[in-house]
Amino acid sequence: MDLDALYQEIILDHYKNPHHKGLREPYEAEVHHVNPTCGDEVTLRVHVSGAGEDAVVEDVSYDAEGCSISQAAASVMTDLVIGKPLAEAMSVHETFLALMQGRGAVEPDEDVLEDGIAFAGVAKFPARVKCALLSWMAWKDATSQALDQTATPVTEETR
Amino acid sequence: MTVTDTRHALPGLLPGLDLVRADFPILGRTVAGGNPLVYLDSANTSQKPQVVIDAMVDHLERHNANVARAMHTLGAESTEGFESARDKVAAFVNAPSRDEVVFTKNASEAINLVANTLAWNGPLQVGPGDEVLITEMEHHSNIVPWQLLTERTGATLRWFGITDDGRLDLSDVDDLITERTKVVSLTWVSNMLGTVNPVADIARRAHEVGAIVVVDGAQAVPQMPVDVQAADIDLLAFTGHKVTGPTGIGVLWGRREVLDQLPPFLGGGEMIETVTMARSTYAPVPHKFEAGTPPIVEAVGLGAAVDYLAALGMDNVRAHEEAITAYALQGLASVSGLTVLGPQRAELRGGAISFELDGVHPHDVAQVLDSRGIAVRAGHHCAKPAHKRFGVQSSTRMSSYLYTTPAEIDALVDGLEYTKKYFKVS
Repeated sequence: MDLDALYQEIILDHYKNPHHKGLREPYEAEVHHVNPTCGDEVTLRVHVSGAGEDAVVEDVSYDAEGCSISQAAASVMTDLVIGKPLAEAMSVHETFLALMQGRGAVEPDEDVLEDGIAFAGVAKFPARVKCALLSWMAWKDATSQALDQTATPVTEETR
Repeated sequence: MTVTDTRHALPGLLPGLDLVRADFPILGRTVAGGNPLVYLDSANTSQKPQVVIDAMVDHLERHNANVARAMHTLGAESTEGFESARDKVAAFVNAPSRDEVVFTKNASEAINLVANTLAWNGPLQVGPGDEVLITEMEHHSNIVPWQLLTERTGATLRWFGITDDGRLDLSDVDDLITERTKVVSLTWVSNMLGTVNPVADIARRAHEVGAIVVVDGAQAVPQMPVDVQAADIDLLAFTGHKVTGPTGIGVLWGRREVLDQLPPFLGGGEMIETVTMARSTYAPVPHKFEAGTPPIVEAVGLGAAVDYLAALGMDNVRAHEEAITAYALQGLASVSGLTVLGPQRAELRGGAISFELDGVHPHDVAQVLDSRGIAVRAGHHCAKPAHKRFGVQSSTRMSSYLYTTPAEIDALVDGLEYTKKYFKVS
């Protein structure tokens, strides 16, 4: 078993020095996701501006507890989605998901995934794929809740 | 040095440990790039000796038939195999009667059987104002069924806390065990902290107020002599796969007068006396609680497993566990940045040792150890409240068994030092 294929230097760097960590305002939605088998947890907030095709991921902030893979994945994800048009961020998400579910057979695209290519080795460890996907799934869930909310904005009258 | 090297002559180790290990074929395999398997996850499930595997294969090859229904030779042989497993299990826990041994799917089902039937109409029915007492160190399978029971019946769930050194906090026992207490359910040996609880003392207190005492023996029955009469408990749940038997079979032992007072759990074939379209009457225990075709070959395997343990001698198994646990506690203490959760003295605990390693998450510890052939468990071990009590989200757990050698503990300690280097923590 090639441990170094799993624990790429990039992953360990993000684990030790996570990017964009901490919960920030403003945000439209906050979710809490748990990996029930191991107990890893993430609380994640999204701030999205605009709507429809103009929607942009303004910020993703999080507080997380878990293994190096799950922590590094959250850090890399925020690098990849913050500041991007939402449609493009979702497309990155799909690319990362395909890499993770590819059982090690998918060649990662560095132009799209940047530091995310370091997770290519994780796909060969089925037990760890869910670690890498925890924060991505939380982000997708929070974003969908944020969009629902922008469709029917919370106002004084509806409150 | 190989893992079968028994040059460490620790007092208390099983005599002929090499021969004992040879009984377990899986211990001879290699994993992770040719490393010998160092299996330190026996609290999760134990490995199986050849005699258990052979008993199951023989049953399937030569004696397979349904039990208690088939009036032919194979049916009689199968019934004999199944029912003699009940005799063996009864003897193993010193049950006064074989009829007090109910086969279930696992320990969880055994506890759920009790927690469900206590909600239903009968002399032991739990209702509003009644209290069910558990502990903070329980496995989820001895928490959730009682939450369901108390939520459904309007009864109140209470629990013993845990002291800083990982023992049951009995300082408020007078407040917790009262006239309102109907059920006390606790683990004999904690699957996370390793703590061995004073079950007989608590049973005595509980009986003084007329409560019934349920014991989760999932970790105790595999590793120490268990005598249900000496402990004076009412019900004991354990599982086959942790006592070197197969998965798919568990045991509920119950004092006859308690089992008789509980209503049937699942309805179906074999649990009846007679059935009309309007109503049924029920078979006596244990069959009252064994609806449908039971896990037959699994029972045969379990019978072979408890025979195997009895032949080794459970006092010897316990002495071995204590020796290995003491050696492991000493080894783990030599690893800087490592904190053991639970009692620090081997005589107070079973063979499961959960620990934290500063700067490395348990999953990562387990992953690095796995790359060296060492199998441990990482996570909350189905004991989230106990982890929360110690302010940790998860831990790494090594758990030994009767086949564990001191050299395997050395391999673990070396592996932990390597893990620290790999993650660059000093």
